[in-house]
Amino acid sequence: MSSTPVIKCESVYKIFGANAGKMLQESNGNVDAKTFQESGCIVGVNNASFEVSEGEMLVVMGLSGSGKSTLLRCISKLTDATSGKIFIEGQDLSALKNKELIELRRNKMGMVFQSFALLPHKTVLENIAFPLQIKGINAKDCISKAMDMVKLVGLDGRENYFPRELSGGQQQRVGIARSLAVEPDIWFLDEPFSALDPLIRKEMQDEFLRLQGVLKKTIMFITHDFDEALKLADRIAIMKDGIIEQLDVPANIVLNPATEYVRKFTQEVPREKVLKIKSVMDPEDSSLELSELNVSKDAIIEEVAEKILSQDKPVPVIDSNKKTVGIVKPSKIIHTVFGARKEDS
Amino acid sequence: MEILKKYPKSIQWLFLLIVFFTLCNTIDIPEGYKFIRAQAEHIKDPNQVAYSFLGVEVRYYPYDTLWRLPPFIAWLPIWLNDSMDFLLNDWIPIEIYDAEIQEYETRPLILQITRIISASILFLIQAFREILIGGVETVVAFTSWDWIDANPWAELPGLPWTIVAAAAIILGYKLNGKGLAIFSAITMIYISVFGQWEPSMQTLSFVMVAAPISFLLGMVLGIWAYRRKRVEAILNPILNVMQTMPHYAYLVPIMVLFGIGDHAGAIATIIFATPPMVRLTLLGLRKVSPEVIEAGKMSGCNDFQLLFKVLIPTARRDILIGVNQVIMQCLAMAVIASFIGAKGLGWNLLLALNQLRIGLALEAGVCISLIAVLLDKMSLAWANKQTDYFANLTFFQRNKFGLFFVGSVILGLILAYVGSIMFKQGFNYFYEVPHNKGISTEAFWNAGVDWVWDTFFHSLKIFNTWLIVEVLQPMRAIYLRMPIVATFVLVMGAGYIIGGIRSALVVGGFTLFIALSPWWDRALVTAYMATFGVIVSVIIGTIVGSLCAQHNYSTKIIIAICDILQTFPSFVYLIPVMMLFGVTDTSVLIAVIIYATIPATRYTVEGLRSVPSALHDAGSMSGVTRLQRLFKIEYPLAFPHIMLGINQTVVFALFMVIIGAMIGTEDLGQYILKALSDAKGGGKGLILGLCVAFIGLAVDNLIRTWAEKRKKHLGIA
Repeated sequence: MSSTPVIKCESVYKIFGANAGKMLQESNGNVDAKTFQESGCIVGVNNASFEVSEGEMLVVMGLSGSGKSTLLRCISKLTDATSGKIFIEGQDLSALKNKELIELRRNKMGMVFQSFALLPHKTVLENIAFPLQIKGINAKDCISKAMDMVKLVGLDGRENYFPRELSGGQQQRVGIARSLAVEPDIWFLDEPFSALDPLIRKEMQDEFLRLQGVLKKTIMFITHDFDEALKLADRIAIMKDGIIEQLDVPANIVLNPATEYVRKFTQEVPREKVLKIKSVMDPEDSSLELSELNVSKDAIIEEVAEKILSQDKPVPVIDSNKKTVGIVKPSKIIHTVFGARKEDS
Repeated sequence: MEILKKYPKSIQWLFLLIVFFTLCNTIDIPEGYKFIRAQAEHIKDPNQVAYSFLGVEVRYYPYDTLWRLPPFIAWLPIWLNDSMDFLLNDWIPIEIYDAEIQEYETRPLILQITRIISASILFLIQAFREILIGGVETVVAFTSWDWIDANPWAELPGLPWTIVAAAAIILGYKLNGKGLAIFSAITMIYISVFGQWEPSMQTLSFVMVAAPISFLLGMVLGIWAYRRKRVEAILNPILNVMQTMPHYAYLVPIMVLFGIGDHAGAIATIIFATPPMVRLTLLGLRKVSPEVIEAGKMSGCNDFQLLFKVLIPTARRDILIGVNQVIMQCLAMAVIASFIGAKGLGWNLLLALNQLRIGLALEAGVCISLIAVLLDKMSLAWANKQTDYFANLTFFQRNKFGLFFVGSVILGLILAYVGSIMFKQGFNYFYEVPHNKGISTEAFWNAGVDWVWDTFFHSLKIFNTWLIVEVLQPMRAIYLRMPIVATFVLVMGAGYIIGGIRSALVVGGFTLFIALSPWWDRALVTAYMATFGVIVSVIIGTIVGSLCAQHNYSTKIIIAICDILQTFPSFVYLIPVMMLFGVTDTSVLIAVIIYATIPATRYTVEGLRSVPSALHDAGSMSGVTRLQRLFKIEYPLAFPHIMLGINQTVVFALFMVIIGAMIGTEDLGQYILKALSDAKGGGKGLILGLCVAFIGLAVDNLIRTWAEKRKKHLGIA
């Protein structure tokens, strides 16, 4: 199972326009957005290839119009890709019949939308139960399952409210609960927190991390907020004009931006606030004498910097099982926080 | 030159008006022109010219083509009529087995189809009717007359009014609680006590058949148009014409195709009530946000589930407005359909109006309005109902409404039985209060009318005479004085200035159709009445609307008033004005003004209210006074919306002018009414209806184009 990636894209293109297919064929995979635009086509996704493995959270980040939502819709097959292959758990999406696609969505996929997309005529509970009802589960089971979901997202007591009676954050909780109701393996989130106020957004991000900690889904998360991407992602894909500019773990994106475009995002980012110890740690070296302190590999640098810098010796890094997995030298911290930024600017 | 650059449009308008008035003044009225004679009548007159086309001979008075165009499409109504006749009576004869005479006979295909439609609709209406007020024909439909003769017990007895009333009250309570229950009670008791039970139930049975059919048909067409662009492209112009055709115009062709009776009335009603349903379904579906559709798809909906569980419920608001429109149209048509034999309140109202028994007409009118409002509220409440999943109910709680109903049936039957003993002589009031045997306030109203006449006769008469002599007659004369060239220059010029060459051609095309028909002069009279009505309505509507939009409270009140007034069938408006002004043009015009002021007011209020509050604040911070704010900020921004209101006002006014033919006008409406009693009037009715529709559509095109441009200009498109 672990060998097959849950989501796999092979040079996926999505081009909008009347004769997009023909033009794409003629271009031999070398798509130039400008020439396409001149002939009335708009390039949504340009040669996207990547894999997402089980339990991984891939955050696709890009500004509006960069094609990130289009990419997500190709993978969820809400639109058909113009060319390229998409595999969900090894199944070719384009080969699926309509019925199989519906089955796939009913059992394997959940999606959260930017504008919540709740059904205005249904209560919180009915909205959450909706995918279950669609599946044809009997009313009683639907309701009890939906009630569990209501509790999971902390909306108990409001299950009989209508969406219009809820705040934005609460509405999105409903959206999240609905997408999770069928216990999907793959979870798509299309800018789920973009329409929320900053404070609520932070609260929801923490909530989301808590949920993911429990659920461990395979996730594709779309955002236009680089900080959000850094905070949540296992890996980040940065998109511009339909092209994936860089796909890497957050630390690498911050430390080694692949293109000028990516660098622009990263240069203002305070490293110590986003990088985790694990991204700057060195491998264990038995010859070195270690400090008595230790730090978690998932700690943010800022939180433990003072502790580490107060030591002369390297500090051991431990994982959640208290096992030492590496070391971090105080000099490395200083270099990460101050040195790298100097190079950038 | 400077001015020309600064105000190019104003200069164009000025130039257009100059050309128009010059044309009007230079072209004299030709000798021998008389208003009444201006159309092709079928009287032989040596002064007439004749031509023949498609076997139809047309005679007309030739005038200078600059003055009036010859009626080159005068053959069309007659030809249409002949074609319809041919289709109905001679086209594709098929063999049909007739059960009654137990023989095969030949019958043309179309006739057979229309008969099947007629029979099935009639059966439905009758079934409803006989449940409500009793009868035998439903039973006969399943058995035979002989069987009924042998078994007289088999007749459907009809429900006592107490049971129907109780059912309505329980339903009202179940749907929306106390308020609606009380309203149901008032309606039902009013109907019964005033002796309108039988006609009301006839009307109700008619609406119960027509409204659901319109609703379904409209939904299906709307969904179809939503899914296929091409269907929408085809439906759109058809709907446009159908929605601007006056109600009367449908009656004649339907009479020809389906005969006379309740079913014909129901079919006319269905045709009239379906277009708004289609429109609103389509509008509602289009408004569903793409993300909601995607959410539905991601939940694993198949097409069917997506449509019925996501799209339609989400579009519910607009679809409900559609339902409201359907019910409104059904009850408005209930009166008009009585022209072709629909029984019920409409028929009574018409009869009372004809006999000038205002009080009686008023009672029937109130009945229709009450039923309209009740059905509207019930359908709304039904659609808004929600289920409670957690209630742990006992058997009694779950079935209490059913139990109450059973109880009321038993009680009603007992009451009816007691009644049959109590009221030994005469009528059983607990079973049904017979027509004209209830309380009647007619005497009161008649006395009221007499009093009004006695007291205000002088002032009313002076006003009436003044209006007719000083305003209406001159205005009419001016309209008739327009040479046809001048009219074309005016409308096409306006079209060109507003929407470029395309608009000019569209509007010109509509006008040309009317100009080539034999009824140009009549159309001018219709146009003059509608113009007068629209001008006054718009003035009243915008002033009232602007005043009411200033405060939240008054806004709510005025919108509520508009809602209620819109639910009244159009015919009802004729009653009070006839009380005051008798049978004159003034009555019609005042009815037009009252009726057409509703949309003008509503759209003004809505338009002014939709101005974003940020702009109010911006205005306040720039130190505008209230008046400045209204004129510099609110009016310019609300103008496109107000213009759409004016558009509606025009359509409403046209409808009312045509309905006004009932109390005598000299315009197109009169001819449509005449066509009703003409055996060969089908084609005429249609073409006359088209003429009215085209007046409406021409104005609609101009206003809509202008409003769209304005919206784009303001960036609120």
